Amino acid sequence: MGLLSSSVSITQYKVEGQLPAPVNEAVLEGLQKNSIVDIDNESEDLVSGWAAFENPYKPEFELAGVSIDTQFVFSLRIDKKSIPTKVLKKHYFLEMARRLTETGREYLSKNEKSEIREHVKTTLSLRIPATPNIYDIIWNYEAGQLWFFSNLKSANEELETLFSKTFKLTLIRVFPYTRANLLADLAEPEKDRLAKLAPTAFMG
Amino acid sequence: MLDVSVSYNRYKFIGHEFLTWLWFTIENEPEKLQAVAKELDSLTLGNRMVIENRRNDEVLEAITIKGDDAGLEEGLLALKKGAVVTEMNLVQTIGDNIWSYTLKGESFNISSLKTPVVGQVESGDDIEGAIIEKIYLYDQVIQLIHTLFKVFIKKRVSDSWPETVNHIKKWIRS
Repeated sequence: MGLLSSSVSITQYKVEGQLPAPVNEAVLEGLQKNSIVDIDNESEDLVSGWAAFENPYKPEFELAGVSIDTQFVFSLRIDKKSIPTKVLKKHYFLEMARRLTETGREYLSKNEKSEIREHVKTTLSLRIPATPNIYDIIWNYEAGQLWFFSNLKSANEELETLFSKTFKLTLIRVFPYTRANLLADLAEPEKDRLAKLAPTAFMG
Repeated sequence: MLDVSVSYNRYKFIGHEFLTWLWFTIENEPEKLQAVAKELDSLTLGNRMVIENRRNDEVLEAITIKGDDAGLEEGLLALKKGAVVTEMNLVQTIGDNIWSYTLKGESFNISSLKTPVVGQVESGDDIEGAIIEKIYLYDQVIQLIHTLFKVFIKKRVSDSWPETVNHIKKWIRS
C-alpha cells in the first residue's frame, strides 16, 4: 500500500545503531547493493529487494529521489511467482504419465514423485512472470524512526531481514512493551514495575 | 530488554488495557486528552471496535461493533464480563482537519488510516511536496498515540493505577 494512497497501514519501528558517515552515501550504497533483481526468466519463485519509490520497476536509485527533507523514502519489493495449484497438478500428472510410459513401470517411488513435482515447479516457474508487491518505507535516520506501510506479517518479516542484512542496523518493532520500555521516558524504577506488570481485572 | 517476541506475547495486555483506558477517557474525561495533546480538538470513537474476553491468551468471546451509529452497550456488557478492547477505530480532529484510523492494541499497528485530503499530484515535481505533507499528517496521528500512551503507561506503573481502575469499574457498572 503506497504512502500516498488515500488509506494506509503503518507498522512502526525504532532503528538502533549508526551508519558510517556520510550517511546519505551509506544508505544509497546499501539500497543499490540489495536492490530487487528480476526473476521473470529465472527458476526462483520468490525474491525481495529494495526499489525506488518513484519508479519501483526500475532498479536504480538516485540520492535526490531517496533523500527527501529529513527522511529517506524508498520501497521494499517482493516478487513472487504463484503457480495455480490446478496448473501444477495437471503438469505433474502429465509428467508422471510420461515417465511411466517411458519406463514401462506401473508405479513410481516416493522419491521419484517428489523429484517430478520439483521439476514441474521449476519448469513452470520459468514460464510464469513474478507478481510484484511494493511496500513503501519512510526512514527518519536522525530520529531513529522507520514507518513501514504494511501490517502484513510476511512483508514485515522480509523487511526486518533485508534491512538488517543491508544496513547492519537493528530494527525494533514498536508495540506496547517496546514503546513503554524504550520510548516512554520511564525511569529505572518504573521500568522495573513495567517488567512485573500483570493484567488488570476491570470487571466486578 | 527481553527478547522481542517474548515481550510481544507476554505484555499484549498492556495494549489492550491502553485501549480500554482510552475508551473510558474519551467517554468520561475528554478534557484530559486535550490537556496533554494541546493541538487536538477532539478524539472520538470511530465506526469499529473489537472487544475480546481472553483467558491464558485464548479468546473466549470476541465482539465486533461496527457501523457509524452503532450502540456500545454490547461492548460495555462485555467489559463487565471481563473483556478488554483489542482494536479501536478513532477519529481525530485538529481544526477543520479530520483523521480516521484503526489502532490494534497488541501490536500498535495502524490500519485504514485516512488523513485530511492533500493536493493532487499532477507531475513528478509535485511528488516531493506531497510526500512531505503526508509525512506531516501521519506524524500527527503517531505523535498523538505516543503522547496518550505515555500518559497511560506512567499511570499504569504508578501507585495511582488502582484508583484509575476503580473509576473504570464504576463506569463499566453504570
